[in-house]
Amino acid sequence: MSRLVALIASPRSVVFLTAVVFALVIGALNPNFLSVATLIDLLRNSLVTGIFALGVMMVLASGGIDVSFTAVGVFAMYATVSLVLGLDLPMPVVGFFVIAALIGAGLGILNGLLIGVLGLPTLIVTLGTLSFFRGALLTFVGTTYISNVPRNVIAFARTNIVRLENAVGQLVSLPLAFVVLAGVAVVVALMMNVTQFGRKIYAIGGSEEGARRIGIDVGWVKLRIYVIAGGIAGLAGMTHFTLSRMANPFDLVGSELDVIAAVVLGGARITGGHGSVSGALLGALVITMINTSLLSAGVPSYWQKVVVGVLILVGTGLPIAIERFRSQRARLARPA
Amino acid sequence: MAEPLLTMSGISKAYGPVRVLENVDLSLSAGEVRCLAGENGSGKSTLIKILSGVVAADGGTVTIAGRRLGNDARAAIDAGLSVIYQDFSLFPNLTVAENIAFLRFVAQGRRWNNIAEQRRLAGDVLARMSVDIDPRVLVETLPVASKQLIAIARALANDARIIVMDEPTTALTRNEVTRLAGIVAALKDDGVAFLFVSHKTEEVFSFCDTITVLRDGHVVAAGAVGDFDADRLGREMTGRSIAHERIARADAPPQPVFLETRGLTRRGDYADISLELRPGEIVSILGLLGSGRTELAQTLFGMVAADSGEIRIGGEPVAFAHSSEAVEAGIGYVPEDRLTEGLFLDQPIGDNITVASLEQSASGGLLDRRSLAERARRAVERLRIRTPGIEPPVATLSGGNQQRVVLARWMERSPALMILNGPTVGVDIGSKREIHELLVGLNRSGTALLVVTDDIGEALALSDRILVMVNGRITAAFDPRTADEDTLYAAVTTGGDR
Ligand SMILES: Nc1ncnc2c1ncn2[C@@H]1O[C@H](COP(=O)(O)OP(=O)(O)OP(=O)(O)O)[C@@H](O)[C@H]1O
Ligand SMILES: [Mg+2]
Repeated sequence: MSRLVALIASPRSVVFLTAVVFALVIGALNPNFLSVATLIDLLRNSLVTGIFALGVMMVLASGGIDVSFTAVGVFAMYATVSLVLGLDLPMPVVGFFVIAALIGAGLGILNGLLIGVLGLPTLIVTLGTLSFFRGALLTFVGTTYISNVPRNVIAFARTNIVRLENAVGQLVSLPLAFVVLAGVAVVVALMMNVTQFGRKIYAIGGSEEGARRIGIDVGWVKLRIYVIAGGIAGLAGMTHFTLSRMANPFDLVGSELDVIAAVVLGGARITGGHGSVSGALLGALVITMINTSLLSAGVPSYWQKVVVGVLILVGTGLPIAIERFRSQRARLARPA
Repeated sequence: MAEPLLTMSGISKAYGPVRVLENVDLSLSAGEVRCLAGENGSGKSTLIKILSGVVAADGGTVTIAGRRLGNDARAAIDAGLSVIYQDFSLFPNLTVAENIAFLRFVAQGRRWNNIAEQRRLAGDVLARMSVDIDPRVLVETLPVASKQLIAIARALANDARIIVMDEPTTALTRNEVTRLAGIVAALKDDGVAFLFVSHKTEEVFSFCDTITVLRDGHVVAAGAVGDFDADRLGREMTGRSIAHERIARADAPPQPVFLETRGLTRRGDYADISLELRPGEIVSILGLLGSGRTELAQTLFGMVAADSGEIRIGGEPVAFAHSSEAVEAGIGYVPEDRLTEGLFLDQPIGDNITVASLEQSASGGLLDRRSLAERARRAVERLRIRTPGIEPPVATLSGGNQQRVVLARWMERSPALMILNGPTVGVDIGSKREIHELLVGLNRSGTALLVVTDDIGEALALSDRILVMVNGRITAAFDPRTADEDTLYAAVTTGGDR
């Protein structure tokens, strides 16, 4: 019993358990739902959200918030594709990802300078750069779909790690782009937990003044956070490109709140200092599941918003309630 | 003594038009413990922040072991400086172990994080301090006293050559203070130097070898501790003599009981509390940290529920579900941990003072800004809050002046009963007397005061009656006109610490 209580006393596990219950309910409505195929489909659909979520998690952990990452992602993706096609370079697939990451990181420098060096508030800065990056993309780079995707990218997109037929005979597959998510996840997890840089991010999120007082160069750490987050957003943009096999400059922007919701569901706090890779990934899976599976179960789409909202409230509220209950019990157990 | 380890010379600092420090000199040799004394707002914390490179001085130099330091926190740490800040400056979201080890790891310029080593380091330091705190828990889940101990542990973990302690004992029990004194003595023998700030006079004399006194940002006296006694220290700090005796007052005319409790019990916190309080009366609950005094105060203010027993206000039984109901009933509460529970640090001083009594300046649902400002200004004057105006945020005030803002807020409401939990923790001796006099004055206008404190001098100076609380029970009652410090000390400490 107490194990169970301990388990649901953290936001992440509450969200996880609710997601499982949720899946069981959908499964009851639609028996085909509970299958390996669904899980794979879910993974595929959450790749882009998941990569974005990792960058956003870093920013939230440092006590900031980033809403510009979708614009960074789409800018990096579209600029990379136009650049490579425009110059007609023979470019390996890895090259696309590297260039997109570099462009994303370059855009991240702007966020980083404004936030880390000038010390401006993160929400204001990234709201501004969201609009600026997107405007610059549409004004200076282009507004047309690019659908003549290079052959090697198509080949990459068609390569699957797993491929299955689901109960109703549709093919589901997990594309090779999954390794991008896995790679970013491993790197970010190591960075956040094993390096002092990652620990400094949490320290700044916990108390910025405190971090400064123990000799942490807060501005420099922040600058690097936004550069890395920008690079990650570039990778997410490029992943999106390979999955959709077309470069659309109007994509991605607009999905910021879903990603931020995913990270918050995964236990990060808007006030900073908390957040983990596993949480961010779990959050991305849950958000994707709600967004796609409700549709497949025939539930009207506006219910998705309700479910996400309830999940955020329960996920953050229940652990607090449990903690109160536990300290009450602990007190009553003490000798009078 | 040999060549000083630390020399600060000609330090000056102004915040806008406010000159906080002027031409301050201070030195510290290896193995020396120097007390930095001064009233609230005299510039002690500012001087410390300049020393640690957190705040830039306008003029003057800081030299540690022959090396000039600029405005650079990292360089100061590298030179062997560790600071225990007045506000602790911990990371609430990290574990105890990581908090303790972080400073050291940053100082060593590490790239990799080693959790096992963190645990070991934290375990060692906490063991050296004989403190029993689980290094794996998050700091945000711990009470204030533990946070203060962790702030101390962090400074000790960095093998510092100079340790600065800005009011390190405000939340500690007597046993913990004694242990801290032991650690300081041991480190002194190893040649570690200390700069020690405290408003508790007996600590100054038991910890320190030398004293530097600041008044309005100037050094007004410096010398060996033997050259000072409590009276001289008070005089140098404030420029006048500070009285200690019980504040004279006329007896309050007998009135019906306002607050009454019978057999109030909350398991694990306090048991069988029966007390009575009349308008115009000041009762002190004298108890150590952990004696259940805070939980009792919180219960009377509707913040935590009692398990059994009865509270009556004006003869009527009440059961507060929430503190707002206590406020409705005319009760005010000044919390123990004012910095986190009481103040909106980034908001203007004026708004902080009037926020609990907006209705006094409202008509027809609209606020009268001018009347708000006027009331705030009067409160600042009455409580002698040291500030250029009511507009700056509370965060710019010195620690002791922040305490006065909380007091001012509740005084504005003129409650029928005011519960004060440690009303003068961190307040200098001169202001303490002033606040006591203000409280007695407030009380003569009919307010009942319940003072929760561990400061025996305070209880004696302020109260009409003293109730001693030990291990959750009221064990004795004293008349402050006849009681003496030693008797009270014995009564409070019997049954042990905590
Ligand atoms: N950031 C700031 N902006 C403006 N004024 C400030 C700032 N920091 C401190 N001050 C002012 O400097 C003066 C000295 O403050 P300081 O905190 O050094 O006092 P202190 O001696 O530590 O007092 P206490 O005993 O109350 O802690 C105060 O008048 C305070 O209001
Ligand atoms: Mg101070």
